[in-house]
Amino acid sequence: MSTKAITQDIGVRIPRPLEHGPSRFIPEKEILQVSKVNAKTQAIFEDAFAALGRLDNISLVMGFHPKYLESFLRTQHYLLQMDGPLSLHCRHYIGIMAAARHQCSYLVNLHVNDFLQVGGDSKWLNGLEDAPEKLQHLEELNKILAHRPWLVTKAHIEQLLKAEEHSWSLAELIHAVVLLTHYHSLASFTFGCGISPEIHCDGGHTFRPPSVSNYCTCDIANGNDTLDEIQGNHALTDALCEVEALMEKMKQLQECRDEEASQEEMATRFETEKTESMRVAAAEEEDSVPARDVSRHFEDTSYGYKDFSRRGEHVPTFRAQDYSWEDHGYSLVNRLYPDVGQLLDEKFQIAYNLTYNTMAMHRDVDTSMLRRAIWNYIHCMFGIKYDDYDYGEINQLLDRSFKAYIKTVVCSPEKTTKRMYDSFWRQFKHSEKVHVNLLLMEARMQAELLYALRAITHYMT
Amino acid sequence: MEKMARVTTALGSNTISGCTMFCHLDAPANAISVCRDAAQVVVAGRNIFKIYALEEEQFVEKLNLRVGRKPSLNFSCADVMWHQMDENLLATAATNGAVVTWNLGKPSRNKQDQLFTEHKRTVNKVCFHPTEVHMLLSGSQDGYMKCFDLRKKESVSTFSGQSESVRDVQFSIRDYFTFAASFENGNVQLWDIRRPDRYERMFTAHNGPVFCCDWHPEDRGWLATGGRDKMVKVWDITTNRAKEIHCVQTIASVARVKWRPERKYHLATCSMMVDHNIYVWDVRRPFIPFATFEEHKDVTTGIVWRHLHDPGFLLSGSKDSTLYQHKFKDASRPVDKANPEGLCFGLFGDLAFAAKESLISGGGDSNRKPYGSGGDRRYPIFFFKKPDLTEQFAHESSALSVFETDLESSRMDWFVKTARRYLLSGKPFGELCDHNAKVAKELNRPQVSTTWTMLRVMYSDPGNLATATSISKGGSIPLMNSFNMKEIAAGGLGSESRLDRGKGEIWQDTIHLDPGNSLINNNDENEETEGSEGPADYLFGDAELEDDNLYPMEHENPTAEEAEYSLPQEAFPLRHEIVDNPSVPEHLQDKVDSPHVSGNEAEAVCLTPIKSFSLISISQPLYESHLPASFFSPVVREMLQHYAEAGDVQMAVSVLIVLGDRIRKEEHWYTSYIDLLQRFELWNVSNEVIKLSTSSAINCLNQTSTTLHINCSNCKRPMSNKGWICDRCHQCASICAVCHHVVKGLFVWCQGCSHGGHLEHIMNWLKSSSHCPAGCGHLCEYT
Repeated sequence: MSTKAITQDIGVRIPRPLEHGPSRFIPEKEILQVSKVNAKTQAIFEDAFAALGRLDNISLVMGFHPKYLESFLRTQHYLLQMDGPLSLHCRHYIGIMAAARHQCSYLVNLHVNDFLQVGGDSKWLNGLEDAPEKLQHLEELNKILAHRPWLVTKAHIEQLLKAEEHSWSLAELIHAVVLLTHYHSLASFTFGCGISPEIHCDGGHTFRPPSVSNYCTCDIANGNDTLDEIQGNHALTDALCEVEALMEKMKQLQECRDEEASQEEMATRFETEKTESMRVAAAEEEDSVPARDVSRHFEDTSYGYKDFSRRGEHVPTFRAQDYSWEDHGYSLVNRLYPDVGQLLDEKFQIAYNLTYNTMAMHRDVDTSMLRRAIWNYIHCMFGIKYDDYDYGEINQLLDRSFKAYIKTVVCSPEKTTKRMYDSFWRQFKHSEKVHVNLLLMEARMQAELLYALRAITHYMT
Repeated sequence: MEKMARVTTALGSNTISGCTMFCHLDAPANAISVCRDAAQVVVAGRNIFKIYALEEEQFVEKLNLRVGRKPSLNFSCADVMWHQMDENLLATAATNGAVVTWNLGKPSRNKQDQLFTEHKRTVNKVCFHPTEVHMLLSGSQDGYMKCFDLRKKESVSTFSGQSESVRDVQFSIRDYFTFAASFENGNVQLWDIRRPDRYERMFTAHNGPVFCCDWHPEDRGWLATGGRDKMVKVWDITTNRAKEIHCVQTIASVARVKWRPERKYHLATCSMMVDHNIYVWDVRRPFIPFATFEEHKDVTTGIVWRHLHDPGFLLSGSKDSTLYQHKFKDASRPVDKANPEGLCFGLFGDLAFAAKESLISGGGDSNRKPYGSGGDRRYPIFFFKKPDLTEQFAHESSALSVFETDLESSRMDWFVKTARRYLLSGKPFGELCDHNAKVAKELNRPQVSTTWTMLRVMYSDPGNLATATSISKGGSIPLMNSFNMKEIAAGGLGSESRLDRGKGEIWQDTIHLDPGNSLINNNDENEETEGSEGPADYLFGDAELEDDNLYPMEHENPTAEEAEYSLPQEAFPLRHEIVDNPSVPEHLQDKVDSPHVSGNEAEAVCLTPIKSFSLISISQPLYESHLPASFFSPVVREMLQHYAEAGDVQMAVSVLIVLGDRIRKEEHWYTSYIDLLQRFELWNVSNEVIKLSTSSAINCLNQTSTTLHINCSNCKRPMSNKGWICDRCHQCASICAVCHHVVKGLFVWCQGCSHGGHLEHIMNWLKSSSHCPAGCGHLCEYT
């Protein structure tokens, strides 16, 4: 008896996934291949499934990098399930708030389910006005952290901590900040890799028979695959040269290190890069704000990432040497929310140091320079400056389309399209592009965390 | 009292003098260093690089080294060091990776001497050789340490820390060729300056980055390290393996550590985050700082002892843009403020309490007995640590009192027996109550027994209560009264749990009745572990200590209980207002004051049933008959609350279960009762309780930890998913030793040799042989 017959007999509607595979950008085959070949990935997937009762698309895509995935899942599990100052449903609600800042319906839907499952009040989901006042207070910080973290000041922290009966405790605040930054950056990853909706969530399935439906719920992405494929072949030869050129540049930089740039030169390079990062057009059109109901979770939709130089805002540069994650951030987090500092520290390190020494079809390449350039470029966009880095390198190593992609994913992830994903680093493997996304996500999270933690430290001293 | 700094001979003619003083800097400091003659100090930071002269009462700015219109990043210093041989020579580590030397003897305004830009990342530390003029060492974020000869333009050797960032480098003061380097991954390496290819030894010192290290100025084998894990450790590296000989736990990550000159066991630390104080520790007393300097308002970034041979002055720079000179005499001594008191429970309920001798001895010196001399250990005992003349600690002598518990009295037999014999389901409500009442009575717990009877009376369908109708009419008032009565008895019952209860709570002990001489001892004990209120809180009656038991457990003994039963009769007419008073201690206090208590004889006449009947006559006219069951709910709930608070969750939960839907549930009582049952290994009862609870959260306890993890019998590694095939060696792991087929289902195995198989097969096999069917020769045992 066929499925159709059963459906008709019993009257049960069988949902059908709308997307093919966990990501819209990466062919399903390639993702599923990973867990078959790699026993470690398989084992992590099993553990994740056992712990959560599901294996979400994010984990599937991260499966390209099992080492990172393991640390990621451990951290996320600790943040959401283990002992902590915030109650379980609050954690999910904060996750929803954070993801909603970027209109990331994927994460919102996922956590709406979780939120209800741990006994959250469904009324809260109607919008922030219906949530407790305490959580409403957090929205301001959420907004700033998501879009302009450099504006976080001691005053914001003070407002949260001294609101009489609705005030937060320091430990709760740290927990909330870690959750917020985690979900902001996870939203970047979700859009950056074009994660498809889960089948059990809204927009993840349809009951229409396959033949009729040509309908697509990719409410965010406006990618047009067919066109790209035609262009794809054409560009193949170009792309080959790209990789070669990049390799060549890296070699050059490595060799002629000591071509001394003057001190002023170095200082201006950072400024140039910072200002230029603003000019890199983040996205083509602005009108693609989806009319999803996630918007109810945040009030001020107009408040987005603003390029600080272009709008004439001057932001003092954040010196990484004065407040670094390793020395300061870690201690503060671990003090107020034990073990999380350790987990985050491991996660950052794994993300930063992850390498397979490959670049596209080349093997045994030292990619540390490239990774550092990406990491520092993101921090540069947030105004974080490393004294010991020559920002000229960024210009050499990251081309325009790649910069545009980074900027979009990090600053306004909801505008990422498949075209952008395809157009950078055309010759590179999907796993490498996912690797880039991991870097983007972690660098962004660290940048946001640094600003938030610095404000908290200032408050405390 | 303190013996303060002996003036050391090494200081020579110009003895250091001065006072605690400070000056404002224009910018936060990152590091400071002193000149050899202790007359000048250099302060370096991102936006500051200045030299100050140390005068008698103030700092005087001598020189600003930050010159030029557009100061380059080379001025942005992470570290600075003044050469200890040449007073014109300075070195700085710049955040952009440059190592710069400065020559103060230069005539021009710009004193910059040499610039080494070999490091790719921030240089965290520079260090001059203590005796060699031209040798400079640097450690950088890029994982390399470089040794420079100042007469050359380039480094002479490079030491690789295998790509881990270097946080600190220090030349050994005693060994000419040795230096130590500490790393971000927690390792410490010791190098020989002549061998750049490989470190001499390496050990893991901390969990997380090691921010600093410092060689002991006199003892060549000692190295102190401080890390992000909030520890300061002192290592003895003369042995084969580096041995941790001292460890100090601080409250924040340790940014700098510096041995105190002329004091073998002292070192100063400051932290990187949150905590702004500078501590001086005696490493032999790691629990409390020897001295503290609390002047800074932001984190201290640099500390240095002013002179190599003078322990009296410490200089410090901070992110709050101040430079301080601390005079050691002005330091605050946390020891003076601390209350040396301790309190601890032993495994079997013994209580040890240590306090300052002066407080505890009072007038009762006759009570003193040496510890361990014979049977009675309930008296305060005193012993002294042998004073060590080298220590500068104020000597504290404290008295230790150990109070023993009589093991018999703390037995929980009643709990176990009650748990076993109570019936919670399977019979009509009335019968359950009767049965449980009987059980309680047999176990000598009349209050509990009465409660059961009452419950039956209250909730049973009045029609069924042929005999007890009259009782039910008067239910309300007698119940109220019975609360008061119960409270007294519950003093004995609840005490076990109160012993376990958290600290900081004040409990006042119950009375101890001795029918023989009817002596009442009132023994108050305030537990205030915070100790903040000072010593006055600890009051031990001297004389009472002799024959008083501090342990309320004693009330379990029959004589005391009998005395208590008799209470109801006299108590109830007076006691109606106390019902509103929820807190147990107050009742107990009342009881202590109550004149009724002492007069009671141990008579069993007034057992509860009589009491109930006597009440009926009073209350009957006041109430109509057939009160609805819901009428009693608030009262019953209050009663349950009382039982639970008194520590008898058993009663509370049993009643809840028996009452079933008649009353609202309290989940946490269930969990604590289940916990107790499991501790007494009453698995069946606990399971029954779990099953009978209506709450889903409790019910699901039955479904937790139902997983059994097993190892593969071939490769001995954990099996991950399927029960019978090992992922790693791809073999069937659970093969029946008898039939050699895979066992999918019940698998029984010998815990000795881990062979086994199908249950039936093994049973059959064991009928004929006692050896293992696998032929391993083991004499298998199956239980």
